Amino acid sequence: MTHRVAVTGIGAISAFGHTYPDLWTGLAAGKSAIRPLTLVASGTLRFPNAAEVPDYDPLRYFEEKEAQLLDRFAQFAAVAAREAVRASGIEFSPELGERTAIVLGCSGGGKSTEDDGFHHLYALQEPRVSPLTIPRAMSNAGASRVSLEYGITGPVFTISTACSSANHAIGQAFRMVRAGEVEVAIAGGSEAPLSLGFLKAWEAMRVVSPDTCRPFSRDRRGLILGEGAAALVLEPFERARARGAAILGEIAGFGMSSDAHHITQPSALGAARAMRSALEDAQLAPEAVGYVNAHGTGTLANDATETAAIQNVFGEHARKLLVSSTKSMHGHALGAAGALEAAATLGALQCGLIPPTANFTAPDPACDLDVVPNTPRAAQIEYAISNSFAFGGLNAVVVFRRSA
Amino acid sequence: MSEDLISRVTGVIAKAQKIPVETVTIDKTFEELNIDSLDGINILFGLEGEFDLDIPDDAARGIRTVREMVEGIEKLLAAKAGVAKSPK
Repeated sequence: MTHRVAVTGIGAISAFGHTYPDLWTGLAAGKSAIRPLTLVASGTLRFPNAAEVPDYDPLRYFEEKEAQLLDRFAQFAAVAAREAVRASGIEFSPELGERTAIVLGCSGGGKSTEDDGFHHLYALQEPRVSPLTIPRAMSNAGASRVSLEYGITGPVFTISTACSSANHAIGQAFRMVRAGEVEVAIAGGSEAPLSLGFLKAWEAMRVVSPDTCRPFSRDRRGLILGEGAAALVLEPFERARARGAAILGEIAGFGMSSDAHHITQPSALGAARAMRSALEDAQLAPEAVGYVNAHGTGTLANDATETAAIQNVFGEHARKLLVSSTKSMHGHALGAAGALEAAATLGALQCGLIPPTANFTAPDPACDLDVVPNTPRAAQIEYAISNSFAFGGLNAVVVFRRSA
Repeated sequence: MSEDLISRVTGVIAKAQKIPVETVTIDKTFEELNIDSLDGINILFGLEGEFDLDIPDDAARGIRTVREMVEGIEKLLAAKAGVAKSPK
């Protein structure tokens, strides 16, 4: 038996603040949370800005001993999951814990933990690194922490597909709930990539903007890195109804593809196949979709390729679609990107308000779409898709539906 | 455009592309040498090391031939020498 899949909890920690309402209020106002980097000294970097989580003190959320065991990315995962679980009203008994899944995306794992550890070796010439380096840095540390907090003993795993990680994670969790394999799932992603070593690696890729992120603009100069986490609680629609839970939206379909084209250059064909596959999975005609939360990184290559893919899938309907990139506001949080964008898309459907593409200056003929420039747009929409396209050519697209 | 400069630039390109240096001649396009966008940034990284230069994204964008690359490096080296010589 397959189920309709309801979202009954959302949590998010982002550059807008530590909660989902902070994220949504910021996005709905159309203001960008991109600011000067403070976590690392940006003096030797070609870019001075990022989308950092503001005023984060681990001791607000964890005992000192616990905080010591958790890299920033794993802490973010726990903070977002707590908010989502609290919102859902679910209490995890041992029995329910066994029938619950956790699937979280994470691209890099504990980058600052690794950076710090290796600094002791290479720079300080010390002969050893902390024994907590491995448990802090492993990419599944976030999912494992959430599992420990709630005694969730069902399928728990992490998906690492670079910038598509969280969409792949949400997709797998959605399929498990839809198929009746689990009764509840916590899905999303977390990332804390702002360590000097990792930022230097991004700098060398020459895809980070020296000022801000202007997706689909003619003068766009690249992405802006961000950090944070978001989590969704998923359960069968009828279960949510029966227990009187507030239904915040539905996941209606999921599709994925691989470009098999190039390790870093995007392919419109691969992206289009993922969108088509998601629509087929949701049994939706392209015309039913009203909003696309774009991958929209703000790089020259992505935005033009994504536009071509959207036009390929939606044909004439592409002109009527509202397409926006919320990365212009919360930055590109890599393995958490799809999760923050899921939260943004659910907010848009629920509130009838499309968050804009911020920092937009001038249209690019290669990005000929209604990208909702700078100003939020009121629109009652039933179905939306959220795109994620990763380095490595791995694409994942989630279809969302407004709660009935 | 000195022979020395040309040979250092073509040497970096050949090393990054893992191809014989004789194949990297001044009139070749990046397309002819199968240099894609990722190869391009890897070559820029090599050139920054070779010449102790900082090559800004804006200076690198649009370079499509070996000749343009040599000319670009020449310009950056001249600018660097100018800064070094200018009185404080």
